[in-house]
Amino acid sequence: MSATPGRSSLPVAVAGVAACAAACWAFLEAESQWVVAALAAGVLAALPVLDRTGLRARFDAAVHARRALAPALVVTAAFALALVLRDSHFALLMLASVALYVTVCLGLTLQFGFAGIANFAGAAFFGIGCYSAAILAANTALPHLLAVLAGGLAAAAVGSVLILPILRTRGHYAALVTIAFGILFRTFLEVNDVLGGPQGLKVPGMRILGWSFNDPPPLPGGVEASFYLNYVIVAVALAAGAFVLVKRIESSWIGLSFDAVRLDETAAAVCGIDIARWKILAFVLGNFLAGTAGAVYAMMSGFIAPNSFTFGDSLILVSIVILGGVGNPLGVIPAALLLLILPEKLQAIQEYRFLIYAVLVILILLYRPQGLLPRRLREYSAPGPRP
Amino acid sequence: MSAVLTAQGLTVRFGGLTALDALDLELRPREVLGLIGPNGSGKTTFFNALTGLYRPAAGRVVVDGRDLTGATPQAISRAGVARTFQRSRLCLSLSVFDNLMIGDHRNLDHGLWANLVRRRYLARQVGQAQARARELLAIFSAPLAGRMSEAVAALSMIDRRRVEICRALIGGPRILLLDEPSAGMTHDETHELMADLLAVREKLPSLAVILIEHEMNVIERVTGRCMVLNYGRKIREGSYREVAADAQVRQAYLGED
Repeated sequence: MSATPGRSSLPVAVAGVAACAAACWAFLEAESQWVVAALAAGVLAALPVLDRTGLRARFDAAVHARRALAPALVVTAAFALALVLRDSHFALLMLASVALYVTVCLGLTLQFGFAGIANFAGAAFFGIGCYSAAILAANTALPHLLAVLAGGLAAAAVGSVLILPILRTRGHYAALVTIAFGILFRTFLEVNDVLGGPQGLKVPGMRILGWSFNDPPPLPGGVEASFYLNYVIVAVALAAGAFVLVKRIESSWIGLSFDAVRLDETAAAVCGIDIARWKILAFVLGNFLAGTAGAVYAMMSGFIAPNSFTFGDSLILVSIVILGGVGNPLGVIPAALLLLILPEKLQAIQEYRFLIYAVLVILILLYRPQGLLPRRLREYSAPGPRP
Repeated sequence: MSAVLTAQGLTVRFGGLTALDALDLELRPREVLGLIGPNGSGKTTFFNALTGLYRPAAGRVVVDGRDLTGATPQAISRAGVARTFQRSRLCLSLSVFDNLMIGDHRNLDHGLWANLVRRRYLARQVGQAQARARELLAIFSAPLAGRMSEAVAALSMIDRRRVEICRALIGGPRILLLDEPSAGMTHDETHELMADLLAVREKLPSLAVILIEHEMNVIERVTGRCMVLNYGRKIREGSYREVAADAQVRQAYLGED
């Protein structure tokens, strides 16, 4: 099973993460459409090669063997990438957006990947966080760190109401409830004048303890960098925190209860597992993550409007989870990079991005239902039961 | 009241169909009761009503003197009733250990703080649980106890059945309901399974068991008393020999005139 135990796992993990970071750098720096298209084709062609040669499995095993270190490795890579690209507003904005999308998708992993609740209103919960933070930051003196927290709590609170009809339905019907909610949310924003209606709201930039995010960061040695570097730091920290949380849940009795509920509600009930309790926990925690990410996003972009929280945006979130590998928190990262950066860089396909997402999801479900990084068996924090 | 489980006039209806018709049953401590009857005679329906999956239209279910009629499956599980299913309901994509721990739900600490922050404490709990699981699996088969970290999907039919029985047993139930454990087994596997059931009998003498089974060898060897259902009604009760000799039973089962 694990091809590379012991010493060789660290270099393999480092090399793999570095290769991903280098690919991101190439994408973000590429100027011409042709170069981007060639890069995309290269990555696409590389995937089956990595599979065939067993390199992907080796990387997977190495990251697993070094799982205590893996988050630090990815965070380091993200910061290194941000520093290399420090003077490009666009590249840093993309990196921060990816980190925030990763956070939301980790929330969806809790809900869909673990507890089996298909949430097609991810963008709506993200939006609740955005609007809460926007209003709090613009109209109150609440410290912005608390405004971010409030964004998460607001999303969690709305989610804890929406969970009631979801608990009364199963499978596809529960998914329909979330779809209806997502559409309702957007319509509510458009007709609500207090929230700016279709024109949206302006949001002040983030300030934490006198650190103003919309000013260039004071780097040592007078190195200049885009102000987005501030947001990259916060967004990556948020994503890393969410990642550790989700991994800890997965490797605990709570993650096991989620799995039991997802895989067989009847058997779980007969074993004494309270289905509603675990669905509520997964849904509320997942929406909390989506809300906090939304709050940071609102302050970063400086402007929010209902058009950013459509059903289509929710579908992008779900496709990231499916592409990454349902239930594998790590898979969300490459999937978010791919699905967010590619359309931005490849203007030619931007018009058709939803079409391409749809085709992509169908192709994945047909040919690679386990996603880029398939989920592994659970290992608890204790030394495994392997003899 | 010496019975650990009593059903009185238990009735289950699906629309116009009466699947279980005023069934009376007393399960005594430490006994293994065989439940037999042709397909569709209401055996599994009876288990579903006992474990709270179906709501009885009439009648009562009493476990250890507590009325649990219409209680949730969770409450009934907490009262010490565990079961297996005729068609395996294990989580195939999870490890053997994970599946057992699903059955041990009520003995695990599910607090957020304990699970997310107190990782050493959690690791200790996992270690103890692994020892518990290994010990239980070893009653059935030593090789199986060594395969705890493998996915259930990798196991043979009989090992899956053993895991399912262990999942029911690990929480320390007082009453075990086994729904046709030999279903889908070969002749040899059925023999192995019978030995397993006798081993359980020996190691856990205080457990009371109701066993649904079509294999009459198993019924004869394992059970002390049998009950025969037909069209949702009890038609005979007694030792296997008495029941097997009964004309009405032979007619229901074998279609003899």
